[in-house]
Amino acid sequence: MLFLIVLILSFASGYFLPWWVVAIAAFLAAFIIGKTPAQAFWSGFAAVFIVWIVLALFKSIPNNHILADRVVQLFPLPHNWLWLLFITAFIGGIVGGMSALSGVLLKKAFAK
Amino acid sequence: MKFVKAFLSIAVTALLIWRLDCKTGDIPPIGAFLNPSTGFWQNAESKNILATENLKLPGLLDKVIIRYDDNRIPHIFAKNDHDLYYAQGFVTARDRFWEMDIQTREASGRLSEIIGPKTLDLDRYHRRMGMVYGAENTLKGIMANPVTRVMVNAYTDGVNSYIHQLAPKDYPLEFKLLDYEPEEWKPINCAFLLKLMSETLAGGSDQFGMTNNLKRFGAKDVNDLFPDYPFNEDPIIPTGTKWDFKPLPIPKPSADFMAQMTEGIKTKEITPGVGSNNWAISGDKSATGYPILANDPHLNLTFPSIWYQVQLSSPTVNVNGVSLPGAPCIIIGYNQSISWGVTNVDADVLDWYQVKFKDNTKNEYWYNNQWNKVKKRIEVINVLNQKPIIDTVLYTHQGPVVYETADKKPAKGGENIPVGNALRWIAHDESNEFMCFHLLNRGKNYADYRKALTYFTAPAQNFIFASNDKDIAITPNGKFPLKFKDQGKFILDGSDPANDWQGWIPADQNPTVKNPPRGFVSSANQSSTDPSYPYYINWRFEQYYRGKRINDKLSAMHRANVDSMRIMQMDNYSILAQDVLPTMLKYLDTTKMSAQQISAFHIIKLWDKHYAVNSIGASIFDNWWNHFYGMVWDDKFTVKGTYLKYPSYDRTEKLLLTEPNSKWFDIAATSTKETCADIVAHSFYNAVDELVHKHGQPGPKWQWGFIKETYINHLANLPGFGTGIFAAGGRGGVINALRNGNGPSWRMVVQMGPNVKGYGVFPGGESGNPGSFYYDDMYTTWKNGQLNELLFLRSPTEPSVRVKTTLVLN
Repeated sequence: MLFLIVLILSFASGYFLPWWVVAIAAFLAAFIIGKTPAQAFWSGFAAVFIVWIVLALFKSIPNNHILADRVVQLFPLPHNWLWLLFITAFIGGIVGGMSALSGVLLKKAFAK
Repeated sequence: MKFVKAFLSIAVTALLIWRLDCKTGDIPPIGAFLNPSTGFWQNAESKNILATENLKLPGLLDKVIIRYDDNRIPHIFAKNDHDLYYAQGFVTARDRFWEMDIQTREASGRLSEIIGPKTLDLDRYHRRMGMVYGAENTLKGIMANPVTRVMVNAYTDGVNSYIHQLAPKDYPLEFKLLDYEPEEWKPINCAFLLKLMSETLAGGSDQFGMTNNLKRFGAKDVNDLFPDYPFNEDPIIPTGTKWDFKPLPIPKPSADFMAQMTEGIKTKEITPGVGSNNWAISGDKSATGYPILANDPHLNLTFPSIWYQVQLSSPTVNVNGVSLPGAPCIIIGYNQSISWGVTNVDADVLDWYQVKFKDNTKNEYWYNNQWNKVKKRIEVINVLNQKPIIDTVLYTHQGPVVYETADKKPAKGGENIPVGNALRWIAHDESNEFMCFHLLNRGKNYADYRKALTYFTAPAQNFIFASNDKDIAITPNGKFPLKFKDQGKFILDGSDPANDWQGWIPADQNPTVKNPPRGFVSSANQSSTDPSYPYYINWRFEQYYRGKRINDKLSAMHRANVDSMRIMQMDNYSILAQDVLPTMLKYLDTTKMSAQQISAFHIIKLWDKHYAVNSIGASIFDNWWNHFYGMVWDDKFTVKGTYLKYPSYDRTEKLLLTEPNSKWFDIAATSTKETCADIVAHSFYNAVDELVHKHGQPGPKWQWGFIKETYINHLANLPGFGTGIFAAGGRGGVINALRNGNGPSWRMVVQMGPNVKGYGVFPGGESGNPGSFYYDDMYTTWKNGQLNELLFLRSPTEPSVRVKTTLVLN
């Protein structure tokens, strides 16, 4: 459930809000419906990870990945755009997961 | 405990997000840069382009139709000139805004604002040499003329209409990478681009090195090694052309100058071969009976390119060619009546004056037998994450004192700039070059061409011309100071009014030739005229190598067509090798050689003197000549602690061919007395041994294309955003002057006639976005020596299969 909500909020905000809004979405969602720290973290991580992959591919596939293939060379990574996609999604995932974890921990702190 | 855990988790998360959103040194803000909502992924352009697009833009007077062709070159059709230049500003910014921004920042000394202290020396140099001062003066000239005022203001509005509609996710990639925001375009930015051109093409100086030479070697040797007219020459205005004007009186040399030259006072590197080519043949030499014009300006090759192709059409004009991103009009191109192109004139329009200050306050300086007030100009340089630097620049009536004391000089670079000298530079003067291009774009005939040129100040260019009236012409043109001979060859005494520039060569007395009997006109940056021209333009020009080859080829040409011109632009034949190789080979003795040296000798003996991509002879000759040149001059002209100017290849050639026993061949460090034969032989051994050491036995690895490093980098040298190193023929000093990251930045051939046809290509693409399919789509065509036929629409509705999309602005 938490996974689905973060997924939907991240998608919805992805087009017009600053990138770190996903953190607020994951945090609030976990604060309200989060259960355990592990469940919250992995839900947040997976949701943002997947959303960022989809959003990035949405731009990169019609581009034949020519831009991602150039940009990846700026990083100490193998020269393949898939690495850049993975790093992108991983960073999004960590931010989403940590935010959801924070949300559920705060909820637990308030709970008696 | 639970609160501590929650708090810790929130703190770590917040810190993580903050780190990901902030720039660390050269590393961009990773989260902001990589996220798919606003980061770089948004710059990936789709291969599916809308066939038509409509945009509402504020300030347009009427509808503008822009048709994009298969290379995504815009063809702009406006109903009035205001809208035309507005639309030019808009479409150029859409494709190239970051390039426009970074170039104006560079010219105006504002890089440190976004990059930090790393670029401070460069910013300070641009401020101190008066780039901003010069741009302000040029802007006055532009704004004083109602035509150019409307043009530049409309262009500026067009650029700004693009900037205003940008959301952060739409920022060009480089803004995201360097983490800064686009700012408003200002009319002065158009002037900054002209100043940048002046800096590139007319911002160098030999004066300091020459003055040091004079102190070190004395007047006799300096006059011998640095003559006022070269050994070999084939001037732009053919020898024998009559000067049909009464020249102004030439100013008298100053007393101090004379003293310097006769008293015999006791007491870095030149890069020859770079410049540009242009030529035009008369109808008699062409297959169609109408002239053909060709031009290839050599500049630094970058992605995005310095050029932007565009067609501009309104009721007053229909012109096609290349523009400079950030400036209105077409700079090199053609319309239905005329075509024109440019190469650089190596005119001496930059002089240094030794300043004598009254005391350490530097409030007054000595001039005309009295103390005069120094003007002070405050330059504020903003630096990223640091306090702004406030720099006071002293101005005499000549111009800015670029480096007052040695400690103001940067640690690296600037070795050719003397300390404590005022700079008199043409680029400081009020001017209006845009009026020249405004008129050329609309030119119908020779008279229009001549009139347009009177508006051009700097950097002086060899303007070549061809028309449907079957006229061809060339004019080394710009505002040339009226000088005594050799004024500015050495540093001048700033206190003597006789050393000031004494007015100007009248524009109609600039060297020019129309329809010369030889049936063609050409230039390759060599001497504008032979010594019979009554005025002094400079003591040195680019050497004759490219010019001679062009003139040899054109003299022999009959019934030429566009392809003959295209093939000539790719010509790799070396006149230097033609001049010197037979003599150099004569000095070699195979009995004293190693096996590898013998095999290299046999290869170079058979070399056809073309710097072709697969030529091994070219590699051997090139390395040999470099070693020879170095062995002759290095021990005399590379002296620690003093900056000296080396003699030219031309002078070295004279030494080799006519003075085999000259004292200059002797290497002081050895006890024996070397002659030409020794130096030629030893430089050959060294050159071959070096090639063996670096590339193994003589063979395919020695091919010129692999030895010479050729590349096109991204403007900010981002790895992966350029071409990488590729194999290519050519060299400085041959027509195809492609070397390292410099070479033919635009190749154009125009066949005049009732149906004018243009051909051209630049290395790169129209889009400056590395995420565009049009970022480098013309590179391969350029690399292969091919040209694109240029689409030149007569009306917005003319059907063409090459038109792919339409943009309508309201």
